[in-house]
Amino acid sequence: MLQTRPRVALFVTCLVDLHRPTIGFAAIKLLEQAGCQVEVPRAQTCCGQPAYNSGDRATAREIAYQVIEAFSGYDYVVVPSGSCGGMIKHHLPHLFDDDPNLRARAELLSGRTYELIGFLADVMGVETVPASYPGVVTYHDSCSGLRELGLKAQPRALLAGVEGLELREMVEPEVCCGFGGTFCVKYPEISTRMVSDKAADVAATGADTLLAGDLGCLLNMAGRLSRQGSAVRVRHVAEVLADMTADVPPIGQARAPRL
Amino acid sequence: MLTTSPEFKTNAHNALADAGLQKALAFSKPQFMARRSAAVANLPEFESLRDIGRDIKNHALANLDFYLETFEDNVQRAGGHVHWCSTADDARAAVLEICRKADARTVTKGKSMISEELGINAHLEANGIAPIETDLGEYIIQLRHETPSHIIAPAFHLNREDWEAQFRLSHTDLPVDRVFAERRDILTEARGKLREKFLAADVGITGANFLIAETGSSVIVTNEGNGDLTQTLPRVHIALASVEKVVPTLEDATSLLRILARSATGQDFSVYTTFSTGGRRAGDLDGPQEYHVVIVDAGRSAMMGTEFQEMLRCIRCAACMNHCPVYGAVGGHAYGWVYPGPMGSVLTPSLIGVDKAGHLPNASTFCGKCESVCPVKIPLPKMMRHWREREFERHLQPGGIRTNLALWAYFARRPGLYRLATRMGAAAMGLMGRRRGRFSSLPLAGGWTAGRDLPAPEGDTFFARYAREQRASPVAERQAK
Repeated sequence: MLQTRPRVALFVTCLVDLHRPTIGFAAIKLLEQAGCQVEVPRAQTCCGQPAYNSGDRATAREIAYQVIEAFSGYDYVVVPSGSCGGMIKHHLPHLFDDDPNLRARAELLSGRTYELIGFLADVMGVETVPASYPGVVTYHDSCSGLRELGLKAQPRALLAGVEGLELREMVEPEVCCGFGGTFCVKYPEISTRMVSDKAADVAATGADTLLAGDLGCLLNMAGRLSRQGSAVRVRHVAEVLADMTADVPPIGQARAPRL
Repeated sequence: MLTTSPEFKTNAHNALADAGLQKALAFSKPQFMARRSAAVANLPEFESLRDIGRDIKNHALANLDFYLETFEDNVQRAGGHVHWCSTADDARAAVLEICRKADARTVTKGKSMISEELGINAHLEANGIAPIETDLGEYIIQLRHETPSHIIAPAFHLNREDWEAQFRLSHTDLPVDRVFAERRDILTEARGKLREKFLAADVGITGANFLIAETGSSVIVTNEGNGDLTQTLPRVHIALASVEKVVPTLEDATSLLRILARSATGQDFSVYTTFSTGGRRAGDLDGPQEYHVVIVDAGRSAMMGTEFQEMLRCIRCAACMNHCPVYGAVGGHAYGWVYPGPMGSVLTPSLIGVDKAGHLPNASTFCGKCESVCPVKIPLPKMMRHWREREFERHLQPGGIRTNLALWAYFARRPGLYRLATRMGAAAMGLMGRRRGRFSSLPLAGGWTAGRDLPAPEGDTFFARYAREQRASPVAERQAK
């Protein structure tokens, strides 16, 4: 039986590692439920996007090489982020345009790499997950997941099967939240304006929970909502689908004091 | 044209605080987006037309010399004249010379971004010739001594009340009781004033959406009819165009026209699409006696063969800026030169130098919306990234960013050390943020915390926790479960 289970390497992402490990454990749970054998290569750090998008191609290439080394030999590589997933799938091979051998290895990796929710729905054929979440949620389509990886229906289809959950759409769920990696600290005023527009769209739905598939966007939106005094709870979609919302408070909220 | 692109941050700050601008942006932007969606939804082959558009322009660029020379031959065959200009100076001089030979005192103008780029109006004025903008938006911009804030809607930044105020100021004969209740009232007032200018003008200057090599024609698309009056009524018509406007055939131009207006205003077609081929022939009832095409390089050929060549496919529809959340927040003037929004963020550094326009390709979240709506599929985010690479090579970015990046990269290339450092960092941050779950200010994080809280991390890193759980429940046992 073991032989029929795909060997999946989890690319944790640096933000999840550093900031919200629960998303990584939620990903492992969802993948195991779907019948995967999950491994977490220890030699991973980051996908290299900060360097790549800052114009430091040489560093991006070094880190990309590290990713290729660490993630070779698995059936699939799964990432709980559309942004890092898009980096590995669409950008990483082009860092080796001048080296046919590495380019071929990068292409192989690219072909095997998926964002978590897309992988569960499109590759593993997961149609429903055993989870319950009593509440009204709205879903933000993070840019890279949406436009580079075609994630739109998959998270909604899986959320539709969560017991007690009602999905209420924003007017513009596909508009960027203003995170943009280093953009949010290079141009904080523009970024704040964009995330304020997003927060207003969230508020107008009346939802009590905001979900998305990328921690960068989630930190940005949660940070703005809490600054505004909003009571909206913000979580990564995997936490809800893995039924792990009891394990950790919403992003930016304190753990309830233990009695 | 002078640039304020180096002051992009200040420009953006002021734009965000400008209530009038914000009102205008909030009013216009959603309309453009909704109209384009509706137009695209009504044309099932729209997506395949984008591929066709991309291929037509790629082919034209790959054979640019051939099609430009073919165009010149066919213009001459139709009795027209072609003027080749490598620089903006050459182009200004060529236009002035044509106007002088025509003894021109006034010149009417159709909307043209290349004219803005070249600074034609200022040059004519400095030489005693009065240019009169006849596009409604350009007309009010000229009255206000401003520059366009958008490439197809020059007065995108203005509200109805701004128009009324400007007319009352500039049209001194305007009766005080004149009512400006609707857009129509604005149009009527402008039309009345412009009618006499059209009839008096000696030269008409237009841009060109396309130059058609096989026929030697220039094409303009307009909605107000001012372009037609500009190019048919005066004795001399000058069409100004940059080199990349040439397409091989009439059929190619019509293929591109199918995606142009839909992407721009959401119209199936503009109200007027006008083809000019030569001047008035014997027996023609109207048309200019002379037809000149001024073809300008001004930096385009230097983009050929570089990673920015694809930018030359641009057909100036403005879909990228209409859908850009950054443009929507700060408007066009913040970008500081002729071309705003995503297309400007790639083109401006190419034309005025990345040392001056370096902010523009950085002021993007790479959300990718622009590329997804571009009718000729220009990979705008990719090219903005290439500009960032050029800036990085030349050390043009702010020092702090480079230092932070180098520090991060040092650890990111050393997984063992990275693990240790992140573990300590996360634990410290987790402890400090435990009580509230977030930080409202933090040293070195002012950029983030000025407008939002920083959510506190859980405290453990994933890898620390994972290692602990692995020890408690070895892999073999987990897999057996």
